[in-house]
Amino acid sequence: MDIRPILFTLRKHKLTCCLLVLQIAFTCAIVCNTIFLIGQRLDRIHIPSGIAERELVYVELSNIGGRTDGMARAAQDMAALRQIPGVTVVTLPNEMPFDNGSNNMDVRTDPNQRVATLDATQYFGENLVKTFGVQLVEGRDLLPEEYVDLTDVFTMLANKQYDKLPHSTLITRDMAERLWPGQDPLGKQFYVGPGMPFTVVGVMANLIRPGRDRMSNGAGYSSVWPVRLTLEQGDGYILRCAPEDRDRVLKAALEKLRANDPNRIVTAKGTMEEHRHEFFQNDRAMAGILVGVCIALLVVTALGIVGLASFWVAQRNRSIGVRRALGATRGNILRYFQTENFLLTSMGIGLGMVLAYGINLFLIVHYELPRMPALYFPVGALILWTIGQVAVLGPALRAAAVPPVVATRSV
Amino acid sequence: MFGYYLDLAVRSLRRSKVLTALMVLAVALGIGACMTTLTVLHVLSGDPLPGRSGSLYFPQLDPRDTVGYVPGIEPPEQLTWIDGMNLLRAKRATHQALMTGGMVPLQPAQTNLDPFHANGRYTTADFFPMFGVPFHYGSGWSSAEDDSKARVVVISTALNDKLFGGQNSVGKTLRLQEADFRVIGVLGDWRPDPHFYDLNMGAYADYEEVYLPLSTSRDLHMEHDGSVDCWGDGGGEQAKLEQSTCTWMQFWVQLDTPASVADYRSFLQHYAEDQHASGRFARPPTMRLRNVPQWLEYKQVVPSDTRLQAWLAMGFLLVCLINTVGLMLAKFMRRAGELGVRRALGASRRALFGQLLLESGVVGFVGGVLGLLLALLGLWLVRQQPSDYAKLAHMDSAMLLTTFAIAVLATMLAGLLPAWRACHIAPALQLKA
Repeated sequence: MDIRPILFTLRKHKLTCCLLVLQIAFTCAIVCNTIFLIGQRLDRIHIPSGIAERELVYVELSNIGGRTDGMARAAQDMAALRQIPGVTVVTLPNEMPFDNGSNNMDVRTDPNQRVATLDATQYFGENLVKTFGVQLVEGRDLLPEEYVDLTDVFTMLANKQYDKLPHSTLITRDMAERLWPGQDPLGKQFYVGPGMPFTVVGVMANLIRPGRDRMSNGAGYSSVWPVRLTLEQGDGYILRCAPEDRDRVLKAALEKLRANDPNRIVTAKGTMEEHRHEFFQNDRAMAGILVGVCIALLVVTALGIVGLASFWVAQRNRSIGVRRALGATRGNILRYFQTENFLLTSMGIGLGMVLAYGINLFLIVHYELPRMPALYFPVGALILWTIGQVAVLGPALRAAAVPPVVATRSV
Repeated sequence: MFGYYLDLAVRSLRRSKVLTALMVLAVALGIGACMTTLTVLHVLSGDPLPGRSGSLYFPQLDPRDTVGYVPGIEPPEQLTWIDGMNLLRAKRATHQALMTGGMVPLQPAQTNLDPFHANGRYTTADFFPMFGVPFHYGSGWSSAEDDSKARVVVISTALNDKLFGGQNSVGKTLRLQEADFRVIGVLGDWRPDPHFYDLNMGAYADYEEVYLPLSTSRDLHMEHDGSVDCWGDGGGEQAKLEQSTCTWMQFWVQLDTPASVADYRSFLQHYAEDQHASGRFARPPTMRLRNVPQWLEYKQVVPSDTRLQAWLAMGFLLVCLINTVGLMLAKFMRRAGELGVRRALGASRRALFGQLLLESGVVGFVGGVLGLLLALLGLWLVRQQPSDYAKLAHMDSAMLLTTFAIAVLATMLAGLLPAWRACHIAPALQLKA
């Protein structure tokens, strides 16, 4: 089809065409970036945690009065919890995945290094690897005889008895790869605080770190330490059981804990799945808003195209009639309007790509977002072309239905 | 004349109902989205203590060791116990208060209420006069109570309603962490947003229910919550936070005049130099002194998602307006014939221009009203969101007026170009056809 007559007609409506092209360009640019943002949120929401999420329940409690025999009481609680039918293993960690707060350390591969290589979270707690269901890919789990009470760790630190501190630790594959790229991390040492060396005895496939603000530093930078806690020092009890037993186990756990000491307040409880769901609820809400904006933008632009196209069809009613009388088929008329829309949309998309790139640069500077992959540009273009064609179809069909006899009527 | 033009505008808009509806809808959607996000932004970036926030300052020092030091690095965002106490005792400001927060186990005397955790603030006496905290009953405590580690407590209105049915509870006993406290004050309506004096607890989170002397909280080993940042051998052990190399305290001072601010600044600098000379501060002496607005700006309390949403909504409004300009242009040009006749009959360009502009103003007005309704709906949707600031999203009169002004102004602006084009049509050309 010859596009010259179309271009000639468009030149007579320069201003209107420019506005439509501008609108399509902005829509295209915003939609490209919004889809990219939605993708980022979805990636975050679906981040793998490395733990057996569907098999965990937790109970967080706190004492009403001060207690002195914390270790014995924690051991008693855990023994009682282990007796619940269906519970395979129990832990009392200092933090758990999808908490908002986190316990972190700076890690150096050389004691004299000025700026740390990375910061990683520190998980404490007996049987933590087994309870979380973290997969060990190399080395071994921490041994019972390696465990030290956190209270003793504080005493050792205060007395500068660094040699007495536990020296073995587990790290994730992500963290190992960042510390010693391409090397076997087993037996390697890293340094924390004032030059204290620790040895890697095992490597975990993955274990997500808690703390929203820390995740961007490397969501998989986690370490596990042979440190035992009291309930006051810990985050709460975590129990592992079959997914279908979770409700029953949680109820039984609350009863057992109340029986052990009624003078405590349950501050939080639930399944790990719920905990995860709650952690990402802001991201989910934001993704929803972004989808809403995207749809609203496309609808407004589509309606704009419908409005303008209908208007043009009405305006050219007579010339369409003349063309039909001179032998143009309905298909010719239909394709004329479709091609016209395609040309305008393409111009808009061309300008939109440049704008999209600009908006992405703005987001990189102000919101620390990564560069948008090139894939998003054709996606945006495709959406706009489709929207344009769908929107113009109605008015174009109406134009095609104009009978040739219109040409013979005077207005 | 205005009435006549209005009548003409309404007639013309009625003639092409679909086109008018499209324009109104586009304006309403754009305005609705824009005002929803701007209102949230406006609420979140509000002044927590109007009239006071400019003279409240947050001193920062850098007591950390040299590990990780780079020149120009910002000092920690809290103070150590030692520095906090030194600055408190120096009494160099009109008011000064050292504070931190924690959850306090509360055992109600009523048997029908289970023990629960109350959100607590452990502070020194000046907290109440410095922040201008209103009291419903009673009052705060004095430095004598701070010194004697007195078991006194000030409670919030909400807690007073819950435990004492809203009556004057001054003198009554409250059991906190298995110790008896005497209620000495009940707060009035007090909720500065954001929670500027301790942002670690969430900038728009729930407010404290119990306020008690810092010395008492340490005496009773009450749990500390919030951020603890340690270096060197600092382990962050709860019971030994006073001696540890950790920052965990917030310290605020009131400085009323520029001269007193300058004095305090030099005092802080000297303090940092002294501590460096004595070997306690390993890094080159540095300090910061920010007032509330500067502090909130530095901490970027307004969530970045909210700012992003505002940008997005403005982009959306822009597209909607371009859409309206396009449709308006098409509509005006369609009436070229009619406008040509009116020009030929003696109507001036100005008269036509005014009339067309009024027509777009009507679209803006209707779009604005509809947009306002959409914004109210949008804010309701925001309040259903899980974030802790969600419940604050309400429209105030200032935003209401802004919404309206923006809607009408934006559409008038959008009408400007089409109206100008339309009234520059040569009448002769139109009459010929």
